[in-house]
Amino acid sequence: MLDVAVAYNRYKFIGNEFLTWLWFTIDTNPRFFKSVDESITSLNIGNRIVLENSINDASEIITIKGDDAGLEEGLLSLRKGAVVIEINLSYIKENQEWKFTLKGESLSFSGLKVPETGPVDTKEDIEGMVLERAYLYEKAIDLVNSLFNFFLKLRSSVQWNQTTIPKIKKWIQA
Amino acid sequence: MGILSSSISITQYRVEGKLQEPILEAIGKGLKKHAVEEIDNESSDKAIGWTCFNDPFITDFNRSPFLIGTHFVFSMRIDKKSIPPKVVQKHTTLEMKKRLEKSGRDFLSNTEKKEIKDHVLHVLNLRIPATPNIYDLLWNYESNTLWFFSNLKDANEELETLFSKSFKLKLIRLFPYTMATFTSPLSDMEKDAISKFIPTRFME
Repeated sequence: MLDVAVAYNRYKFIGNEFLTWLWFTIDTNPRFFKSVDESITSLNIGNRIVLENSINDASEIITIKGDDAGLEEGLLSLRKGAVVIEINLSYIKENQEWKFTLKGESLSFSGLKVPETGPVDTKEDIEGMVLERAYLYEKAIDLVNSLFNFFLKLRSSVQWNQTTIPKIKKWIQA
Repeated sequence: MGILSSSISITQYRVEGKLQEPILEAIGKGLKKHAVEEIDNESSDKAIGWTCFNDPFITDFNRSPFLIGTHFVFSMRIDKKSIPPKVVQKHTTLEMKKRLEKSGRDFLSNTEKKEIKDHVLHVLNLRIPATPNIYDLLWNYESNTLWFFSNLKDANEELETLFSKSFKLKLIRLFPYTMATFTSPLSDMEKDAISKFIPTRFME
């Protein structure tokens, strides 16, 4: 096992590629998500996406934010060699919405907002609320972990080079 | 930022190892042994330890149980005193002047200067209250998973150290490489392939 700090830095590109693939999948094959979570209604890009282009030893960060922001600049950056390093997502299932931001290098969650839960008045309410919140957090975590596991399988298969990369390149150039 | 906040951060961990039975007792023991200590009116400038979830200024784990459903829920508290450098400089300069006047000398040795600065820090730390920062965690013992409700690097590092000291268990932070190695359903061959991955170029 590699040193944790070394592994974190050396392989953070895997997380960035995952987020790039995720955007590609949201845009080109949204029905795919049903195979990971059968009760999902939709998974969409939220109000923020950050890309990094570190080709030629220089790093350029492109941030697109805003509720109705167009993603054309992001696609342009991908064309120039950038990858997604941070993405805000909206996950809807059973008429409820989860919103969160994922960072490629860590796949940690930030700004996670879950469907509203009831008010807390007594100590017993707090325990119930913790359990309810844990259940709701788990939904978002399970989705991301399942998608990442699917991506890892794909990334380590021959299909990645033979089929997926050509499709992503075509999508970027379209 | 905690479990019940409207917007939260989560860092996922995998817990390696098992506790001695009875588990509840082992965790309670670890929590009590490493409960956060009050440093107000003390000369220490930092304290890190466990505290009760939703009652972070009480460390009586009997009064505030840490088992909720099948989860262990408690918090890490970091109390820190921060004295602005200019305040330290002001009091050190005044103290040095006093010392020079008293001794009738023109200069102080480096050792004396350091001694005065240490004394000033000691006195200021006694007077300044610590600022508490509270970070919740939720530990599912059966599934060996732990969610820490912060992404701050320092807080995560302190958690890893404190957890290991308290329970003699290793916390593995989950990020792309460790997720692939420890929690993914990949075969050993596929895991080996991951360590040989090189970045993909998506552009033409």
